[in-house]
Amino acid sequence: MATQSSRSAARLMMAPAVILLLGWMLAPLITTLYFSFRRYLPLRGGDQGWVGFENYTRFIGSSAFWPSVQTTLIIVGGVLVITVLLGIVLALLLDQPMWGQGIVRILVIAPFFVMPTVSALVWKNMFMDPVNGLFAHLWKFFGATPVEWLSQASLQSIVMIVSWQWLPFATLILLTAVQSLDGEQLEAAEMDGAPFIKRFWYIVLPHLGRAITIVILIQTIFLLSIFAEIFVTTGGAFGTRTLTYLIFQRVLESQNIGLGSAGGVYAIILANIVAIFLMRIVGKNLDN
Amino acid sequence: MARTVTTNRKILNTTIAWAIGLLIFFPILWTILTSFKTEAQAINDPPIFLFFDWTLENYAVVQERSNYMKFLWNSVIIAGGSTVLGLIIAVPAAWSMAFVPSRRTKDILLWMLSTKMLPAVGVLYPIYLGFIKLGLLDSRFGLVIVLMLINLPIIVWMLYTYFREIPGEILEAARMDGASLREEILYVLTPMAIPGIASTLLLNFILAWNEAFWTLNLTAVNAAPLTAFIASYSSPEGLFYAKLSAASTMAIAPILILGWFSQKQLVRGLTFGAVK
Amino acid sequence: MYFSKALCAASAIAIIATGAAQAETLTIATVNNGDMIRMQGLTDDFTAKTGHEVEWVTLEENVLRQRVTTDISTKGGAFDIMTIGMYETPIWGANGWLVPLDDLSDDYNVDDILPAMAGGLSYDGTLYAAPFYGESSMVMYRTDLMEAAGLEMPKAPTWSFIREAAAAMTDRDNEINGICIRGKAGWGEGGAFITAMSNSFGARWFDEDWNAQFDTQPWKDTLEFYVGMMNESGPPGYATNGFNENLSLFQQGKCGMWIDATVAASFVTNPNDSTVADSVSFALAPDNGLGKRSNWLWAWALAIPAGTQKEAAAKEFVEWATSTGYIELVAENEGWANVPPGARTSLYENPNYLEVPFAQMTLDSILSADPKNPTVDPVPYVGIQFAAIPEFAGIATEVSQEFSAVYAGQQSIDEALAKAQAITNDAMEAAGYR
Repeated sequence: MATQSSRSAARLMMAPAVILLLGWMLAPLITTLYFSFRRYLPLRGGDQGWVGFENYTRFIGSSAFWPSVQTTLIIVGGVLVITVLLGIVLALLLDQPMWGQGIVRILVIAPFFVMPTVSALVWKNMFMDPVNGLFAHLWKFFGATPVEWLSQASLQSIVMIVSWQWLPFATLILLTAVQSLDGEQLEAAEMDGAPFIKRFWYIVLPHLGRAITIVILIQTIFLLSIFAEIFVTTGGAFGTRTLTYLIFQRVLESQNIGLGSAGGVYAIILANIVAIFLMRIVGKNLDN
Repeated sequence: MARTVTTNRKILNTTIAWAIGLLIFFPILWTILTSFKTEAQAINDPPIFLFFDWTLENYAVVQERSNYMKFLWNSVIIAGGSTVLGLIIAVPAAWSMAFVPSRRTKDILLWMLSTKMLPAVGVLYPIYLGFIKLGLLDSRFGLVIVLMLINLPIIVWMLYTYFREIPGEILEAARMDGASLREEILYVLTPMAIPGIASTLLLNFILAWNEAFWTLNLTAVNAAPLTAFIASYSSPEGLFYAKLSAASTMAIAPILILGWFSQKQLVRGLTFGAVK
Repeated sequence: MYFSKALCAASAIAIIATGAAQAETLTIATVNNGDMIRMQGLTDDFTAKTGHEVEWVTLEENVLRQRVTTDISTKGGAFDIMTIGMYETPIWGANGWLVPLDDLSDDYNVDDILPAMAGGLSYDGTLYAAPFYGESSMVMYRTDLMEAAGLEMPKAPTWSFIREAAAAMTDRDNEINGICIRGKAGWGEGGAFITAMSNSFGARWFDEDWNAQFDTQPWKDTLEFYVGMMNESGPPGYATNGFNENLSLFQQGKCGMWIDATVAASFVTNPNDSTVADSVSFALAPDNGLGKRSNWLWAWALAIPAGTQKEAAAKEFVEWATSTGYIELVAENEGWANVPPGARTSLYENPNYLEVPFAQMTLDSILSADPKNPTVDPVPYVGIQFAAIPEFAGIATEVSQEFSAVYAGQQSIDEALAKAQAITNDAMEAAGYR
């Protein structure tokens, strides 16, 4: 269908987006690479020349590095599992006939509109505070000792806050997929006496495969760089320091741009490993 | 899906769905309620749910301290500007990917998404220095550009998936009738893709509205949006739950209302090509 | 006749015109503390006096630090005046990033600034930031609970007395905790407290060759005492409590004692916010008989970044906001208890102010702090609850995160100290000290 002229026109029309993104990617990437080989301390006279791979070995040699990679993966993985599982349940539920479906849907997607900073502040102060938080009151009401959420269950708390923010997104995408299910096929299976589990496993889940892939892909991109939720709640304490947060500490708190830039390069590498892994799955699922 | 269900089942569905919906919405509801309490009532033990002395005092205090309208206006301009600009650049790109695909189209798409993975804080200094050189610091224009670039991959991706669902034959027919490429995109493709474009616009508006790293670090006064507004209420001295709630409500209300009015649109379009 | 009238009119216009040309709009970055918010409300007075307008950028403390540090080290010029502390001022002053405040007007009376504050805000004898308010730390305690416990607070208590009193006041069933102190991670939060406390136990951050000292006994003693006392008598979740959290606990009557910034005194004695306003008294921060008390010294100050186009107007603002005139303005509007404390000697000679219950104890605390000799053993740095070197904020934040993990029961004191030692030495090596 495509003629030679439409091909060149196509290239021309893609050019602005590609060139802009190339610039947006390359300019910071090159400066990050450049700074990562330099001793750059803004509070100590700025750029002080080449140091070879010193920043790289120092960054990876710090006792905080591997735990931060682990924390990053736990948060991303935890949020993905929770949002996808609950998202499927919610999507199936919201697809059922009921009264006030529209309003329920609005209630469910509302958290997606809340700024990360605001949601972190609200959860931290009004729910998770061990003295004045609502959870503390709830626990006391049932005669239990209030949980010190952000210190004793810090990672779980952050996963919970982030999941609350991203559950609407997963639900929405999965809901559109559920709605496109072939009802007759399901009904036929029901007639044949197939139990719910079987119908779900053999008909619904395969149909949702593609939507699940999309949810995982898009969310991973955003989750790898979550920042506000940690900055506001724990400030990186109690094992909640992700790789992004560690870089923040190096760049802004320690004011060591060289070291932070080396961390940035590691983060890009990690992101690409995750990306390749994802592309393998997504690519297959998106091809047809 | 016209399935017939018993009334009992419908009652059960409704009850469960409403319970879960209210549970998910509760933190927002609680914030809104708290914003109408006094500071003392906000931390009352046991918590008061509805029967407190409703007051607008917190809103008055917040309004007196900060010029809310200015922050709001900046948020609207920055989120709106970056989304519209992004669409203008993304529509042609998505068109060519969808209708004139090459072997590399998929790679380009995935590469575009991967540009989003660079940790922002790692490049704060280079970008900040660049902004100083270009005189873009604390300007809405600078933020429009940055947020547009951040969200461009998502916009291209979403549009691409919608465009692919449009049968190529229709476009070809238009071309046969002598429509130019520009006309083809403007008068044939775009109207057909309106639902997709609308939901792309909405999603990116939300993402840009909530972006809190660049909007905070590249602004001071002139371009500061609602994310900066919130940063002045986050942990002041003394009791602050009620005032924080009022400020939070003010920061999220506009986008929440917009989201609610357009949720049908958003739901219909937010498929990312997941539905075939 | 005509001519001279015209001349008069012309010169009048000229005066108006030049006046208008000089009227600037200043952008000021500040922290969202109560005294600064009050200052924002009084800005009209400044505009009326000088014609300059003011735009405020009010941010939470951590965000503010990040924002102004980025801007000053890149010479971004986004702000005409920045609110910074005693930690940043000498470092930035040494880098030549701040306008020296050595030509302030005679009316301003720079010699009236408390010497401890002026000293901490100077580099090489030159003042680089004018103190808006200054603070030390002290013990704030509930007289009713102390009486009920059958104890009497001395003016200068020891740590062992504090621990004993805290245990006696604690009544967990009624949610009364004997002592509330900071445990929150962050160099300006729990990090500041534990560092100041460690000074009274004979600990120090570095020896004179910049070697980290966390492997020494005094640090272990400090942490063991702190954790022991807090587990006996501290509030739940103290590992995440900072200034704010403790303030609201104290105001709600949930603390017997609170050791924190002297500026908190005006909040806990304000009957509008505090349920215990009429039963609060004060004492010096505790010591351990080693000659150093555990109180710190801090000032929030206004500084002008070098290179600003509006230096003259910015100086006018700095003079206005840190003058005795401003103090009187606040006293007139909000009462003497709410004026910014701890910056000027004359305030503590004012009989009106000395009637305020915490005035004398605040002054005594400030006077007993010595940033140049903060520790029992000699150190190469200046600063009590911090070391005024650029690397400190980053190191101390990480170290205090390790300590907070101890408070939350997630690791042992020995583990935390070993990590602190490694973190500190590693960072000092990266910075080229060792």
